[in-house]
Amino acid sequence: MVKITVNGREHQLDLDPDTPLLWVIREHVGLTGTKYGCGISECGVCTLFLNGAPVRSCSTPLSAAANGTVLTIEGLDTPEGRAIQAAWADLDVVQCGFCQSGQIMSATALLTQNPSPTDAEIDAAMSGNICRCATYARIRSAIKQAAAALA
Amino acid sequence: MRNRIENLSRRRFLQQGLAAGAGLTLGVQLSGVSRRLDAAPSKPDAAAPLEPNAFVRIGTDDSVTVIVKHLEMGQGTYTGLPTLVAEELDARWDQVRVEGAPADAARYNNLFWGPTQGTGGSTSIANSWEQMRKAGATARQMLVEAAAKRWQVDAGEIQVRDGQLSHAKGQRASFGELAEAAAGLVVPEDVFLKDPAEFRLIGNARLRRKDAAEKIDGSARYTQDVSLPGLLTAVVAHPPRFGARLKSLDPEPAVAIRGVEKILRIPTGVAVLAADFWTAKRGRDRLSIEWDESDAFTLGSEEILQQYRELAATPGAVATARGDAEAALASADKVIESEFALPFLAHASMEPLNCVILPEGDGVRVINGEQSQTRTQAGVASVLGLKPEQVRIDMLYAGSSFGRRGNPQADFTSEAAEIFKAAGRKTPIKLQWTREDDTRAGWYRPLFLHRVRAGLDAAGKPVAWHQRIVGQSIAAAAGMTSRLVVDGVDRLSVEGASDLAYGIPNLYVDLHSPTLPVPIQWWRSVGHTHTAFAVESVIDELATAAGRDPVDFRMALLEGHPRHQGVLKLAAEKAGWGGALPEGRGRGVAVHESFNSYVAQVAEVTVRGRSFSVDRVVIAVDCGMAINPDVVKAQMEGGMGYGLAAALVSRLTLKEGRVEQSNFHDYKVLRMDQMPRVEVYILPSAEAPTGVGEPATPVIAPAVANALAAATGQRLRRLPLRLA
Ligand code: FES
Ligand code: FES
Repeated sequence: MVKITVNGREHQLDLDPDTPLLWVIREHVGLTGTKYGCGISECGVCTLFLNGAPVRSCSTPLSAAANGTVLTIEGLDTPEGRAIQAAWADLDVVQCGFCQSGQIMSATALLTQNPSPTDAEIDAAMSGNICRCATYARIRSAIKQAAAALA
Repeated sequence: MRNRIENLSRRRFLQQGLAAGAGLTLGVQLSGVSRRLDAAPSKPDAAAPLEPNAFVRIGTDDSVTVIVKHLEMGQGTYTGLPTLVAEELDARWDQVRVEGAPADAARYNNLFWGPTQGTGGSTSIANSWEQMRKAGATARQMLVEAAAKRWQVDAGEIQVRDGQLSHAKGQRASFGELAEAAAGLVVPEDVFLKDPAEFRLIGNARLRRKDAAEKIDGSARYTQDVSLPGLLTAVVAHPPRFGARLKSLDPEPAVAIRGVEKILRIPTGVAVLAADFWTAKRGRDRLSIEWDESDAFTLGSEEILQQYRELAATPGAVATARGDAEAALASADKVIESEFALPFLAHASMEPLNCVILPEGDGVRVINGEQSQTRTQAGVASVLGLKPEQVRIDMLYAGSSFGRRGNPQADFTSEAAEIFKAAGRKTPIKLQWTREDDTRAGWYRPLFLHRVRAGLDAAGKPVAWHQRIVGQSIAAAAGMTSRLVVDGVDRLSVEGASDLAYGIPNLYVDLHSPTLPVPIQWWRSVGHTHTAFAVESVIDELATAAGRDPVDFRMALLEGHPRHQGVLKLAAEKAGWGGALPEGRGRGVAVHESFNSYVAQVAEVTVRGRSFSVDRVVIAVDCGMAINPDVVKAQMEGGMGYGLAAALVSRLTLKEGRVEQSNFHDYKVLRMDQMPRVEVYILPSAEAPTGVGEPATPVIAPAVANALAAATGQRLRRLPLRLA
């Protein structure tokens, strides 16, 4: 049995501790906002927060989250997260949307650490998150808009 | 002023009886996963709940539900099509809801494709433009009549605005308040459509996307997210080479994994089933399989290219012949010869391919981000021995597609059906490909080779153009030769070249369509992905050879093509064309028409040694009337970005028949730090709207190549672009 707390709710899971956190969250906890895109930490669509830090859940074993706290897109309620989501809505960033949970989690992590990132800092922080619809220009603008709203 | 437009009699909107709680419904009642509507058209009977052409439903709760027949894969159909309905209905944008249409080509066919339901070719808005407006106008007219009756006034005196009907004497009513009364009226056959001067929603850039909220909070549902009681997830071992077959299978190591439920041989490989993905994948990875590769394809990309070169030395099937290109080349003052090579490309959609299938009644239900309902119905039905109409489809969002989910042979949806069949037809199955499966299973943009010879006369005027194209036929792979292959020429292989807009008197384009067992299909912007690169590179080189400015040179040759000229001029102006650039930087331009839309792009690059970056791209587009200008902009940005990936980093290569790449570490795609600043300008237009999903994609590679030529003098003719 492994205990994890996801979006404030505790779960006891009888699973192989090697199971990636991504599949635990999607198929056993039942929260599907976090996506599978590559399974090898290359695309970022599986990004969630583990103990406050963004991780690629496809490459994080359940054992690494034991007794830990997970925050997913469904539970995102920090001021930074809300500002990011509001900017995303205002600028209509999304296209197919499949990458966007991960983009929003990564962008939230960035603003939480660095309240007013430069373009270069945004590019550096976000380049692990692929968007095949290439919404990158709007992501950049939305991060700046959210930063301004929080300032 | 209102334009009178007659409804096509076969597409009449017919009245239907009311389900409890619903109000005015034009056509059918649809809701929930388990309801299936009979596709058979019934008589125009007020009590008959099932009628064709169901696009709008107005509830007593004042909701306006628009049923969208096209897949939302990011391109904005769930916003654009409802905008057309809401405009003619004079609805409030916030009362509009969107529902994906079921599979039923009788009602939801793509009007440009005959009796076929599906999404592609940048046709969603263009084919729906009149149909959706009529759907809205019909509902509006019925609401107005209902209000006129209730208030005992002339219908002509009633105003409709923002979801409210009103009369000068002070009566007011919402759509919801009138819905039931309106539903009792006869559906008008003829309706009036607005004059574009009255549009309030069409052309409004501040209408937000209907799918945004749920894609921001994680609640949007994709095929990957489907869970059902008893559902088993299937992960498949596919052969390592195209044409290889299963020789022997030792399932034991997989069976030993706790939770592996079934191991099934299917025509495309071996499927491992478990209650969850991770167990199924571990099982798949542990299978011990020997493949019979005696008939497998074993060539590599370089060998294919070499064979194509040899083919290119011989005449192909003639796509275009005007004047006498050979003679004109022989007498030209200067001839430029060049060869262009473009690799196979995977679509690499963000959501790896997947499909859910479950038993239902006398048939099955497919749950999928479905791009090609008619093909999937046919494919799944033939696997299961059903009639196509026994295959129902629930529409979900697709995590992009770029053409891949509209596979010409319904490859992955048929594979799901094979697994469902092998598993005994009782268990709901979710087929889930890994990224590696998605990259390696084929169905690529074909590898292409172009040889171009172009001649200038002594005055620097282009007088001759011979372009020979070599590459697999997408139409043949799709079984669409009768429609798309004329005199041995696949229109999809030569589009963008055989219809060259430049006024060159002697033009000859011919084509070789070799067959290879590498599965191929349409990839965002199809033939234009390669033709635009060759054409726009050569034109640029001719301009340089003639000592002319690339924009002026094109403008002169585009006499008689005002829409090409319009976007070219606009992009050049906005980009500050002609302005000085610091050392090491370059500016390049390209203009191309595809899917009846016109796009020009100016790219600015900075070169550092052998590496370079694309810093800024200015895009001008003429797509007729822009239904939602912000969605048009987004498609220009994203479509350009998708093409930029192919220009900079993406390539799929074969070695001894094996795909060398597998995942995003080696099949590279565009990332944030490679995305230039983008500006998009839309040419104002009163023309009917045309597509925007694809036309930005093919223009960027030549624009960047031309910018690199300007900065370095090097002409790069292979993609992805590499400086020497
Ligand atoms: S799925 Fe985890 S990084 Fe791609
Ligand atoms: S919005 Fe489609 S992949 Fe990012």
